[in-house]
Amino acid sequence: MTSYSPATIWILILVIGVGTFALRMSMIALLGRVEQTPPAVERILRFIRPAVLAALIAPAVVLLNGEASLLDPFNPRPLAALVATLVAWKTHNVLLTIGSGMGVLWILQVVGA
Amino acid sequence: MNSLATPGRAFRSGLRDFAPIIAGVIPFGAIAGIAAVDAGLTIAQAIGMSVIVLAGASQLATIELLGQDAALITIVFTALVINARFVMYSASLASYARPLRPAQKATMAYLLTDQAYAFSINRFTAGPEPAGVRFAYYLGVGSTLWVVWQVSTTAGALLGAFVPESLSLDFAIPLVFIALLVPGLQDRSDGVAAVTAGFVSVVAVGLPYNLSLISAAVIGVAAGVGLARRTAA
Repeated sequence: MTSYSPATIWILILVIGVGTFALRMSMIALLGRVEQTPPAVERILRFIRPAVLAALIAPAVVLLNGEASLLDPFNPRPLAALVATLVAWKTHNVLLTIGSGMGVLWILQVVGA
Repeated sequence: MNSLATPGRAFRSGLRDFAPIIAGVIPFGAIAGIAAVDAGLTIAQAIGMSVIVLAGASQLATIELLGQDAALITIVFTALVINARFVMYSASLASYARPLRPAQKATMAYLLTDQAYAFSINRFTAGPEPAGVRFAYYLGVGSTLWVVWQVSTTAGALLGAFVPESLSLDFAIPLVFIALLVPGLQDRSDGVAAVTAGFVSVVAVGLPYNLSLISAAVIGVAAGVGLARRTAA
């Protein structure tokens, strides 16, 4: 549970919303000046998505209370994530990916408990 | 292309084209709602985020970081970095949006998502159409997504208040990210960027202010760009 106050959270949401709108509006507003993003910029933007997503996935899967527990038998998450990754790879299906990951997690939690 | 397209027809076209994707968006939105409440946000805040930000991946990242009480500046930065790809979309759509009125441009910007972009750019590059017809098509896709997103977030947020902690639903967040990351990997350099970033984010976890995430992203991007350059050269 977050310890930030409701007011802080609202301000945070607004800041992110306004910032995101600025990103979305950026080139539409600057029309004519820049026809296309320069190739170098486009390359960097292209890799931001996989890099950031992976950077968000890995700690949530591998770490428990801030410590690496990849091989810890009590941490069922890496295996569940691996199954989900394979399902995502094969099916490209959001529902199946989430379902298989949660399913494996719950099974392992029940078995391990 | 359809030379008899009117704005009304184009709007319905957009809606129809987007319809098959709706089922895939619903669980994503529901998780955004459930996870928000799970992390301590109110139902109003959960819905508010979907209305004000309208960008699933950044919403989930924000929720995850809030749950960890990460530094606010880190949360804002992370969310905006995730949404940085909208600059690319914006550039790509700019010439098509040029004839439109400022209010229409702002509406396009507000509704800009991966899906709105992907469907629209397909249509726009297929053949010439009046700008107003194109705008109508974009609205058809974008407003449908908007409605689906708000409804599923609301449902998730309401549901989330009644879901027990023991279900580990917070794990759904990284799972959604996996569902977004894996199908989107187009080549080896994407994979290298992801694996590098994932590795660094774990190894550097001791850094303050969630610098592990930013440094992982920077190093991951550098790795991807480095490999892409080498392969292209």
